[in-house]
Amino acid sequence: MDAGFVGRVYPPTAPYAVGREHLRDFAQAVGATHPVHSDVEAARAAGYADIVATPTFAVVIAQRAEAQLIEDPAAGIDFSRVVHAEERFTHRRPIVAGDEITTVLHVDAIVERGGLAMVTTRCELTDATGSPVASVLSTLAVRGAEA
Amino acid sequence: MSRSVEVGQVVGTRTVTVTRADLVHYAGASGDRNPIHWNERFAREVGLPGVIAHGMFTMGTAVNVVVDWLGDPGDLLDYGVRFTRPVPVPDPGEAVVEIVATVAVVDPEAGTARIDLTVSTEGTKVLGRAQVLVRL
Repeated sequence: MDAGFVGRVYPPTAPYAVGREHLRDFAQAVGATHPVHSDVEAARAAGYADIVATPTFAVVIAQRAEAQLIEDPAAGIDFSRVVHAEERFTHRRPIVAGDEITTVLHVDAIVERGGLAMVTTRCELTDATGSPVASVLSTLAVRGAEA
Repeated sequence: MSRSVEVGQVVGTRTVTVTRADLVHYAGASGDRNPIHWNERFAREVGLPGVIAHGMFTMGTAVNVVVDWLGDPGDLLDYGVRFTRPVPVPDPGEAVVEIVATVAVVDPEAGTARIDLTVSTEGTKVLGRAQVLVRL
């Protein structure tokens, strides 16, 4: 893994359109049954413009941005040698259906230890007005080619 | 909304059963189509005991108990985990995941609390440092 990638900041992604049916499907897939995740009226009664994403939905948006690094041949990441080590979401506000989210990918750290490269990325998600929505930190453990 | 909580208080527990069909649903909904989460042959070829759950499936599922307790997902400020052990999902059969959410820290000045999740299968913890920061 090329440590020269540390500190790299990628250009903003094209906006990701958050769809109501996708939020419902994701909520169902993780067994989230709170009505604000599926019922528009319940979400509006709770003060939201539309149905609300579950707390880890932002990974769907973040992983598209992370692909810029992971699929970059110059980074030398063999995805069959990757294990997900850590994930963290910091929410400024919940994502809701209708949001258009732009993501900037940062490579925060690459730490080599014991034949593993621990690669930490940070995705900064903003809405159509440019206001911050969430930060998504992800650490992958990448085994070396000879390990 | 303001909640009164004490350190050590259990705010929720849940038992979740997980089948291969659940992993296929999550693969489609999340876009994480890595075959280790649905293809037994592939999982064994890369040295796993068999198909394992997506770490993000476990993370996403474990936090429901906190959201249901909060009532408003907007009060969930931060959520992080370490993926320490895989959750093998047999076929035929199912994995059983036990979730316990406990108040670890209360900060009255900030109006927040840290809820720690204990997430285990067959008595083995699968997430480390699973911490949820909430607005009280």
